[in-house]
Amino acid sequence: MMSAKPPRSLFTYALVYLIFLYAPVILLPLFAFNDSAIIALPLSGFTLHWFGLLWETRALHEALYNSVLIAVITAIGSTTLGIFAARAAARYEFPGKRSILGFIMVPLVLPEIIIGVALIVVLIQLGMSLSAWTVIIGHVLICTPFSIAILQSAFNNMDRSLEEASLDLGENKLGTFFRVIVPLVTPGIISSLLISFTISLDEFIIAFFLTGTDVTLPVYIWGQLRFPARLPAIMALGFLMVTLSFLLLVAAEYFRRRANRLTGVRKNSNGGIF
Amino acid sequence: MTKQHEREPIINIQNVEKHYGSVTALDGVSIKIEAGEFFSLLGPSGCGKTTLLRIISGFDNPSVGTVFIGGADMTDVPPNERPTNMVFQSYAIFPHLNVADNVGYGLKKQKLPKEEIDRRVDDALKLVDLEGYGPRESHALSGGQRQRVALARALIMKPKVLLLDEPLSALDKKLRETMQSELRKLQRTVGITFVLVTHDQEEALTMSDRIAVMFDGRIAQIDSPEGLYRRPISRRVASFIGVMNFIPATVIENTNKILSLNIKSLGQLDIKTSSALKKSEVITVGIRPEMLTILYNKSDTSEYSFNASIENASYYGDMTYYEVFIEDTDIKATVSMRNTAGRPVLEIGSKARVGWGKDSITIL
Amino acid sequence: MSKEIKSSKALPNIWQKPKFVPKMTPRSWTGIALISPPFAYSLLMLAAPLLLVFLLSMWTQNYLELDRTFTFANYKEAASEKLYQVLMIRSVVISGVVTIVTVLLAYPIAYYIAFFGGKRKSMWLLLITIPFWTSYLIRVFLWKVILGYNGVINGSLMGLGFIEEPLTFILYNANAVVITLAHAWAPFAILPIFVSLSRIDFSLLEAARDLGDGPLRRFFRVTLPLSMPGVVAASLIVFIPTVGDYVTPRLLGGTNGLMIANMIQIQFGKANNAPLGSALAVSAMIIVASASIAFVLLNRRFLKVKG
Repeated sequence: MMSAKPPRSLFTYALVYLIFLYAPVILLPLFAFNDSAIIALPLSGFTLHWFGLLWETRALHEALYNSVLIAVITAIGSTTLGIFAARAAARYEFPGKRSILGFIMVPLVLPEIIIGVALIVVLIQLGMSLSAWTVIIGHVLICTPFSIAILQSAFNNMDRSLEEASLDLGENKLGTFFRVIVPLVTPGIISSLLISFTISLDEFIIAFFLTGTDVTLPVYIWGQLRFPARLPAIMALGFLMVTLSFLLLVAAEYFRRRANRLTGVRKNSNGGIF
Repeated sequence: MTKQHEREPIINIQNVEKHYGSVTALDGVSIKIEAGEFFSLLGPSGCGKTTLLRIISGFDNPSVGTVFIGGADMTDVPPNERPTNMVFQSYAIFPHLNVADNVGYGLKKQKLPKEEIDRRVDDALKLVDLEGYGPRESHALSGGQRQRVALARALIMKPKVLLLDEPLSALDKKLRETMQSELRKLQRTVGITFVLVTHDQEEALTMSDRIAVMFDGRIAQIDSPEGLYRRPISRRVASFIGVMNFIPATVIENTNKILSLNIKSLGQLDIKTSSALKKSEVITVGIRPEMLTILYNKSDTSEYSFNASIENASYYGDMTYYEVFIEDTDIKATVSMRNTAGRPVLEIGSKARVGWGKDSITIL
Repeated sequence: MSKEIKSSKALPNIWQKPKFVPKMTPRSWTGIALISPPFAYSLLMLAAPLLLVFLLSMWTQNYLELDRTFTFANYKEAASEKLYQVLMIRSVVISGVVTIVTVLLAYPIAYYIAFFGGKRKSMWLLLITIPFWTSYLIRVFLWKVILGYNGVINGSLMGLGFIEEPLTFILYNANAVVITLAHAWAPFAILPIFVSLSRIDFSLLEAARDLGDGPLRRFFRVTLPLSMPGVVAASLIVFIPTVGDYVTPRLLGGTNGLMIANMIQIQFGKANNAPLGSALAVSAMIIVASASIAFVLLNRRFLKVKG
């Protein structure tokens, strides 16, 4: 690698940049524990009142329940589709492979509002009523490309001769799938589930368009942002969410690395989402 | 030799072809491998040797032809139902299983009692000098250890044939040499037929009973290591197995199994042969570098000799390789000399007399 | 003594793809079977809806009735109406500025991590992603808190006596939108640049130095061109979605910072003119796609080089 000492200016820049990145998040705990109904400096004192308020707000609980439900189903759906696509991408050659995969990945580069608009147009034309399910349809669409990206690296990293070795030792195809492929890909699957779950949980635009009475957490927050009195509680909620997603993120990263270690990738690969 | 041919070969490959679209990977390959043999498929990369091994193991199917293993037609039998086992080039050690579970992988499928599996795993690990390694995590193993685990995992299945796909190519030179003799010993101990794929001629020569040299999807020659080295049937085989000097020659006469040759700038000689070469045919004769000797002293004698000028000298410690021009020609030859006492390394540009005998030449 | 024989370190035969694959093998059928469920899902839930949006954009909404006569009227309106023009141009310009700012700010960080991160590369990358795993809405709102009239910046500056009146140019306008989006998309710009920088064979940089290039020349002649695939990817990843961003302009843009997505939403919502909304959406997509393709074509000489 290059000489270990970076230029001082570059290091300073890196620190300033980190401050820029963390600026909003650092404010979260400040206002979440601040004993004032107005979100402004200076701080006035410590309170847990806003967390208590969250505990009592039923509409929030319902939104959270909807969001978690949607996120769980989305995670399972997009990971299942991702397994099919990633396996096909990593192991098989067929005509049109690149264009088909490219098409499935399109939501990655499509403004979410377009997806929201497109789906609502279809649902209206079909006369379907909006519900948690319509949000799930949209979320699976945007999460599948991420699942494919994660799973494809899990499948690709797996040495093909491992499957052949299993067959060679007398195991049949089904046995090979359960005794070799599943154990080696499981960390990738878990990582894909966690990422899709997190994306779905935080997604706003599609949910905003497609949610009916089953309001999701971001849609609920959006509604609250108009009322200054509700803001401190939202800060408390935000603080809880950072903490929770941080834990999820660490878990996902742990599984991704384990996947890489299992499949024999030694060097620090940059294949993951992070 | 004749006795062996009466027995049923353990592997009988008949007229196998393999095509990928318009590319031919194997073209009319037929091989018979005897039970208990250490047999090598030797050739440069892309010659089809690995494809052939994968056809024996069942991972590829031939486009044309039949494969018999142990007398039964196995052409379309999947790998998991064949009496063969493979040591993969990457070793393919299951990273999620420890050493014992790797070695016992195939037995577990057979639903044997746990005690028997444990006992046989211990025996197999003992066989490859890995006693007590059972509980180790497989990703912590060294290259040599991985190879031993791969061997144990295949041998525990008691295959009729063990297939080895470039098993030593991932190891460094020192370890490779140790493993060569160990593999050979192991093969004698277990008595199983080994079929080895390699691109390394030295590896094939030191380990095998017989070697099939392959070029461009065809078998060029099948013979014992010594037979291949001493009696290569073509220039290509001759230069793939070791180093060979090629010198053009003309047939003067071929009568009563005596061949009279005029070797370019080396003179005329008669040798015994059963070849059907005709008068005035232009051929090539080959002579190995170690069959040429630099005559250091004027008193040194040799059956034949020629004058040469030293073009280049490569010092290898125990040996020195000289590239020489045969005097007044543009024919270059390689001469190898053991660096024994009284044989200084000759200077480039100096003249020397090189001796040789007529028994050492090969007609190609 | 095998000095005549080239030690072939080439890959063994089995991993070499045969040059001519027969068009359909049993394996390719398996592949097609596997790709079918996700492909069918995308066709049904993405291709079909987009097609319908396209059709809808050429129909007309008459109050509650949908007139399905084919017409370009919606596109004419989208192109000629001053408001839509302004919003469209503003969206593309704001996104363009956001892209430039984000990529310029991200490059040195990616460079720092790739070349000076050492063993702590993944820690740095994790450190960069953590702030983005909270609610997007709350993050955007927090920028409002930072940039607001009695927000963190104005509060601090006034408290320190640097200014007497709150700064007004940083909230409820395009500046606020640019700052917030540049923050929101930072990791998406850093990661691709980082990946392409870390793929650069270090000996190439040493070769440049060896051939007499100073640090600056070396950067512009070797490092930057080789990392362009990452820069192009980062630009597209930031540019395409930000054109359609809804939340940030709505919360921070004021009336002069609204963008096209807000208008599309209005057409589908309050204005109840889905065909016009569709026409605006399709126009936005076409503009974004053309801009992206043009950008890729401009940079195509950098993209041929494999990282």
